[in-house]
Amino acid sequence: MDWDFFIELGLGGLTRGSIYALIAIGYTMVYGIIELINFAHGEIYMLGAFTGLIVAGVMGIYGFPAVAILLMAIVIAVLYCAAYGYTMEKVAYKPLRGAARLSPLISAIGMSLFLQNYIILAQTSDFLPFPALIPDFEFMEPIAHIFGSTDLVIVVASASSMAALTLFIKFTKLGKAMRATAQNRKMAMLLGINADKIISTTFIIGSSLAALGGVLISTHSGQLNFMIGFIAGVKAFTAAVLGGIGSIPGAMLGGLFLGLAESYAAGYISSDYEDVFAFSLLVIFLIFRPSGILGKAPVEKV
Amino acid sequence: MQGLKQSIITSLWFMFLTFPIMVVRVNTIENTIEWRWMNLAYVGVGIFILSYVWRWALARKEAKQYETVSTDKPKKQLWISRAMEEPAVARPALAVAFAVSAILPLLVSTYQTNIFISFLLYIILGLGLNIIVGVAGLLFLGHAAFYAIGAYSYALLNHYFGIGFWVALPLGGLFACLGGILLAFPVLRLRGDYLAIVTLGFGEIIRLVLENWSTLTGGPSGISNIDRPGLFGMELSVADANIYIYYIVLGLAIVTIISVQRLKNSRIGRALQALREDEIACQAMGIDRVTVKLMAFGLGTAWAGLAGVIFAAKTTFINPASFTFMESAIILSIVVLGGMGSNLGVILGSAFLVLMPEYLRAFSEYRMIIFASAMVLMMVFRPQGLIAPKGRKYHIDDPDLVKEGDA
Repeated sequence: MDWDFFIELGLGGLTRGSIYALIAIGYTMVYGIIELINFAHGEIYMLGAFTGLIVAGVMGIYGFPAVAILLMAIVIAVLYCAAYGYTMEKVAYKPLRGAARLSPLISAIGMSLFLQNYIILAQTSDFLPFPALIPDFEFMEPIAHIFGSTDLVIVVASASSMAALTLFIKFTKLGKAMRATAQNRKMAMLLGINADKIISTTFIIGSSLAALGGVLISTHSGQLNFMIGFIAGVKAFTAAVLGGIGSIPGAMLGGLFLGLAESYAAGYISSDYEDVFAFSLLVIFLIFRPSGILGKAPVEKV
Repeated sequence: MQGLKQSIITSLWFMFLTFPIMVVRVNTIENTIEWRWMNLAYVGVGIFILSYVWRWALARKEAKQYETVSTDKPKKQLWISRAMEEPAVARPALAVAFAVSAILPLLVSTYQTNIFISFLLYIILGLGLNIIVGVAGLLFLGHAAFYAIGAYSYALLNHYFGIGFWVALPLGGLFACLGGILLAFPVLRLRGDYLAIVTLGFGEIIRLVLENWSTLTGGPSGISNIDRPGLFGMELSVADANIYIYYIVLGLAIVTIISVQRLKNSRIGRALQALREDEIACQAMGIDRVTVKLMAFGLGTAWAGLAGVIFAAKTTFINPASFTFMESAIILSIVVLGGMGSNLGVILGSAFLVLMPEYLRAFSEYRMIIFASAMVLMMVFRPQGLIAPKGRKYHIDDPDLVKEGDA
């Protein structure tokens, strides 16, 4: 067995998996609280990447240093996507509270198509180059060909933001309120928790993480277009399902698992069928273990 | 005054929100920035007006909710669906519609005929999806994959075995139907959102396989030189073949409309509707959930297969790019906009989404964005669609029973 190749694929899977995990958290949090698959979540990730590109492009022309550009691109993309997530919830989901279950889902599909076409109209439908913003670190030199500084930044940034989120949910008052709302929305409202505020917060946090992922992965892959949100969204949703939808540690675990699985499948089986593999994993999991790795099977209420 | 302030705030918020995407366009290769400040002004004014309309519509919706709770009046219908209930109006209207569609290709250009062919194809696709989504209530996001199965089965059979259109037509429908049943088996236990995602995943798997299995399907470049349908061995010119295909599609559309209409009121159709209303109660009534779900998928996808064969014959060239998730979403929005479960709704929906953008050329760029906003707005303000589906009404003739009911 070729161990170098094995490790190389593993490291590639790690980078991929951390991005999936970042996006999957948004899905899982929203699903945990309002039981809606936010189809447009992948588009928020795409919007984050585009906002990052615009910031990076403008600052690049004025000659700022790369590190400043990277930080600024991330900050602005995160702020804007948080605003987009918040507005999206107010426009497309809030008026539908209490409607039949299909309605918010269709509204979410509509929102996703809207955002894609908004980008096509306002920017372009072509692939755009994204500048490499992360400089090479010298200490990465010996393994840079398989795990460069960009990969390192992605893994560290996503791990630390996920750790911060976990602490936030565990120890702050708002985090406790979120957990309570996820468990039983009606009861939480009776106890004086403002459910609307919690839902907005959920959308804001999920969208910020997706935007972070969008900027980081674009600087890694070097290009983006309006379709990147759809595939990334479905894969992140797969990650959320693998881990057990509604569970935040599950989303992280599922993201890593999917990233590694995909990377190994691409390496050892065929890279053409990489996406097919992810979708098949989703279908298999939903059929045989819809509650995921960490989730509990729901009890059917009659 | 309050409204004015709110609208100004909303419009400022959206101007902020759309600022980077709408105003700035950078070219990182040539290092140029394009500032489009006019867009900001358009967004500001547009949102200012829209926010008035939005709040007025929301207020009206809320008022209506109270009204229906207090008076329990039957739901208001669109004028067209009320008119279609009157046989005196409906019969001549149907006759006129049939006559017009029968002579249409003789009156208009080839280009126009082509538009009408795709309009009719979307009606067939929409009606098929309507069986699954509207009648049986199973959210299905992979319809385009079965459209692809139909198209590819004709293309491949024609390419490798030289099989003609009329043999391929039932075969394409059959393959799509079998595919639908195969998909339905594993997903029997799933419902709602999960089902939606699995069908989406399945649709993408089929498209990706078509794209990557280059030795069989030609990969992304697809298959070209597919035969047009023959008419008793006669050689038809391109324009004549187009007209001929128009009549085939028209015939199939009429068959579809009639069979779906009859299906809805049949035993199977009522079982499907029971499944939509309450799965557990439906099982308790002795309806076999497994058979009904398989039937819903099989019956719905078969039409997509038929439409696919005709599509391949019409364009004589197919590739996987025609069968993306976007296509499934368009068919779904036809069903949703028209009114889930209503046939007239599907026809109006495809007229709205296929014909209108063609005749409003100026808007063609905005076609998809109008689709998408219509989907969201429809769900917010008129979730039942243009034509609200109606349950069957049963009249009680026995006066004694009526009295008992009143008491």
